[in-house]
Amino acid sequence: MAAQDTPTPTASPHAQSASAPVIEVRGLVKTFGLYPVLRGLDLEVAHGEFVTLLGPNGSGKTTLLRILSGLARPTAGVVRVGGWELPAEATFVRARLGVVSHLPLLYDTLTAEENLLFFARLYNLPKETRRERVAAMLERVGLHHRAHDVVQTFSRGMQQRLAIARAILHDPAVLLLDEPYTGLDQDAAALLDRLLREVAVSGRTVLMTTHDLQRGHALADRVAILSRGKIAHSARTDTLAAADLPALYADVTGAATTR
Amino acid sequence: MSAEPKAEPRAVPRARRAARRPVTPYLRVVGAIAWKDLRAEIRSRELINSMVLFTLMTVLIFSLALELDKEARQTTVAGVLWVTVIFAGILGLGRSLAAEKDRGSLDALLLAPIDRSALFFGKMLGNLLFVLVVALVLVALLTVLFNVSLFEPRLLVVLGLGTLGFSTVGTLLSSMSVHARAREAMLPILLMPVVLPVLISAVRASTAILEQMPRADWLPWIQLLAVADVMFLVGAYVLFDYVVEE
Amino acid sequence: MSYSAQRTGLLKGLTALAAVLFAVAIYLDLFWVGPEATQGAAQRVFYVHLGAFLGAFIAFSAVVVAGIAYLRTRNPKWDTLGLASVEMGLGFSLITIITGMTWARPIWNTWWTWDPRLTSVAIMWLAYAAYVMLRTGIEDPERRRRFAAVYGIIAFASVIFTIVIVRVRPDTIHPVVAGPTQADPTGGFEVAGDMKTTLFFNMITFALITLVLVWHRIRLENLVHYIERRKMEVLAELSR
Repeated sequence: MAAQDTPTPTASPHAQSASAPVIEVRGLVKTFGLYPVLRGLDLEVAHGEFVTLLGPNGSGKTTLLRILSGLARPTAGVVRVGGWELPAEATFVRARLGVVSHLPLLYDTLTAEENLLFFARLYNLPKETRRERVAAMLERVGLHHRAHDVVQTFSRGMQQRLAIARAILHDPAVLLLDEPYTGLDQDAAALLDRLLREVAVSGRTVLMTTHDLQRGHALADRVAILSRGKIAHSARTDTLAAADLPALYADVTGAATTR
Repeated sequence: MSAEPKAEPRAVPRARRAARRPVTPYLRVVGAIAWKDLRAEIRSRELINSMVLFTLMTVLIFSLALELDKEARQTTVAGVLWVTVIFAGILGLGRSLAAEKDRGSLDALLLAPIDRSALFFGKMLGNLLFVLVVALVLVALLTVLFNVSLFEPRLLVVLGLGTLGFSTVGTLLSSMSVHARAREAMLPILLMPVVLPVLISAVRASTAILEQMPRADWLPWIQLLAVADVMFLVGAYVLFDYVVEE
Repeated sequence: MSYSAQRTGLLKGLTALAAVLFAVAIYLDLFWVGPEATQGAAQRVFYVHLGAFLGAFIAFSAVVVAGIAYLRTRNPKWDTLGLASVEMGLGFSLITIITGMTWARPIWNTWWTWDPRLTSVAIMWLAYAAYVMLRTGIEDPERRRRFAAVYGIIAFASVIFTIVIVRVRPDTIHPVVAGPTQADPTGGFEVAGDMKTTLFFNMITFALITLVLVWHRIRLENLVHYIERRKMEVLAELSR
């Protein structure tokens, strides 16, 4: 990543060895009222690993990501990110976490630059390098020529690129992507692909949810299929051919939907 | 109606608690959020325009409906002033937080390494500025239309204290009402009864000041207003964390 | 949030005691205590008036306690206490308002007047009605409990305001009984002797009635939850 100095978050309580999982979920239960969404989910994502989370609508993908980002409380179970326990130690996680969701999480009436500058201030990036960092990020996502345009005027693809710049502005160690391809056309999706691969993902631990099986497979080290509130199947992409994934997916989730 | 299992006890080992929390300095966050709201508002003028227009119309309707003569104007002007400020304020408050929630940007704020209460004071400060602008426009308007001079230092103090209390409770309650069904109706229903101590004290103090009453007639109300402000500020500071968590 | 049959013994006893005390209190109010010198029989409603306000005050204070306890522990039983207390508080403040109006008719010659005390107590009632509205307006039960706790605490401002307003600016015509007495034409009167005893007895009775009713309401709510859960369990059995 860029050589800019970013805030150095407090060191994790556990030494960050390659073997210790960065994201660690054990027996996670989340219920809305009497309705359980996640029922004892276990998941581990190793340091530097890219995991794609697949699953039908309502299987709890977004809920899991909201819990991992500290936006939602688990009903029961253990959730750790970078060794910090959620939700009790969410403050420690936040500084090292970047999130891209299907909503852009940007301000319509501010310009691209103003948006990034605002978040740079929230993330306490050093004042002297803040503007350079923002300019560099805009350059990287290919929006430097639109830096002074209001976000309202951006296409969906451009908004999503800016959202990625916002998510990695503070150089987070962990990146959560919640259906980043939603609403993008072919070109924009291909561009996002390239951007994720070249800029966003390298050196980070990534968990992405998507409905796009092929893209999910191509980007990830491992795919996990979420069904009935649990990880129903998990496979490394180097042992699972992309062509086999749709059949496997239908098999794993189909069993759940035709009950 | 639910039977959720009890939340797990969340014990944090002492050694870990001692670690420095990577949190952005408080005032910087408050400033950044207020600046952001102000910047966006200066560009779009969405809130201010609708609030000021609403204010204008309300004042016109009041003067038509009440058919005020010179004397009546003197005694009712404070009431008209505060009722209009509160209604225009509710209009602005509802929009300010609804916009954050619907665009998902509230999540972006909650993801940042900031204190929740700093987020509250940032939003509150922005709202306070908008309400204050409306209140000042209204003061000028009433001075001209009602021919009662409202530019009086003591009155401006009351105006400041009143709008502060209102924005504090308003920001807290509007961050709850955005999650409710029929939220446009919910905000005034929640807000009005609670903000009443502020409203009544402000109206009583304003009337007493405008009618040149002795000190003993307006000072207690200003004191009550200040006490209510402090109570609400402390309450909101403590409670806002619980409102935005999920 | 369990529904148990064990505690019903104590509750039954308290309920019976409350009923007896209430009967005695009414007897004291209507027959035992002598009529007030100038107001005559109309003044007798005052004992119930103040007793009911005490009940409302206890209930609304319990809402604050329940709110704080819920936010700290996240145990839904505190939320149930909050809801039960708000409903009882609404009932008791309504009794306060109605008894006040029946007294005001002969003494002030009007059912209602826009006096600060009366207005603020009406607004207090509305604040807790808003609490009930807020609950029905939020779908997610966890969030409903959390918001209800927060609003229950904030709404107490209207209770405090109702109590202090007559002391900040005594331009209300509502008599101030507890505190410096004013011999005045607004209906104030001295409380002494038998009246004091009667008042004291009424206060205790109404405090007990509040406690008993809140307890009953909590049991009812727990029963509803219990049935709900049983229903889910049966449905789960059947669909297996």
